[in-house]
Amino acid sequence: MNMRTPLKKVRGLGAAREGTEHFWRQRVTAAANVPLFLFFIGFLIKYNGKPFPEVVGALHNPIVATIMGLMVISGIVHMKLGMQMIIEDYIHSEWQKVSLLMLNTFFSFLLGALCLFAVLKIGFAG
Amino acid sequence: MANVTNNRPLSPHLQIYKMIPTMAMSILHRITGGALYFGTILVAWWLIAAASGPGYYEFVNGIFGSWIGRLVLLGYTWALIHHMLGGLRHFMMDFGYGLEKALSTQLAKAQVAASIVLTILVWIVGYLVR
Repeated sequence: MNMRTPLKKVRGLGAAREGTEHFWRQRVTAAANVPLFLFFIGFLIKYNGKPFPEVVGALHNPIVATIMGLMVISGIVHMKLGMQMIIEDYIHSEWQKVSLLMLNTFFSFLLGALCLFAVLKIGFAG
Repeated sequence: MANVTNNRPLSPHLQIYKMIPTMAMSILHRITGGALYFGTILVAWWLIAAASGPGYYEFVNGIFGSWIGRLVLLGYTWALIHHMLGGLRHFMMDFGYGLEKALSTQLAKAQVAASIVLTILVWIVGYLVR
C-alpha cells in the first residue's frame, strides 16, 4: 500500500514529470568528467606515439584501468543526456523525435559497451 | 483543431538578436558538445585498437598520426577543453556567481582565449615528452 499523499508524489516533479533528474545527472557527470578527462588528457600526453606494449602496459595498471572505466561511464552518460537535450530542443515531429531519442540511447550504450569491454579486456588480460 | 499549434506565431530565435560573447559561448558549448559526442567514436576506436593487439594498434596509430588524423585530434582536444571550461563557467553561474553583465562578458571572452592557449600547451607538452 502506498502511504504517500498525492501532493508528496508530485512535489518537485514539474511539468515534465521527472523533476530535476536530467539536470542533476548532467551536473553530477559534468563534475566527475573534469578530473577524469584531465587524467585522460594527461595519459595521452604521456603515451602518445609510444609503442604498443608500453601503452597497453600502462592501461593494464588497475588504477589506470579503473579511472578509464569510470571516465567511459561518466562520459557516456553525460553525452547521452546532452544529445537528448539537443534532440528535444530541435526535433519537433513526434515520431522523428522518438526515433532519434531511441537511436541516441542505442548509440551511447553501444559505444559505452565497446569502450568498457576494451578497458576491461586490457585490465584483465593485458 | 488538430493543427492549431502549427499556426501559432513563434517567439523570435537566435537570428534577430545581436551576437554577444556569452551567446556565442552558449552556442559553441552546444556545438562542441555535439562534436565530442561523435568524437567519442575516436576514443572507442583507440581503446578497441589497444585491446585488439599490436598489429591493429599500429594501424590505428598510423591513421591518428597522419596529418589529417592530427588535425581531427587537435580539433577534438580544443572541443574537449573548450567544453570543459564552459562547463566550469556554467557551474559558477549555477551557484549564482559571475552573472554581472561586464564580468560574464569578460569570462566568455576569456574562455575562448584560455581554450586555445591550453590546447596549444597540451600539444606542445605532448610533442616534448614523446
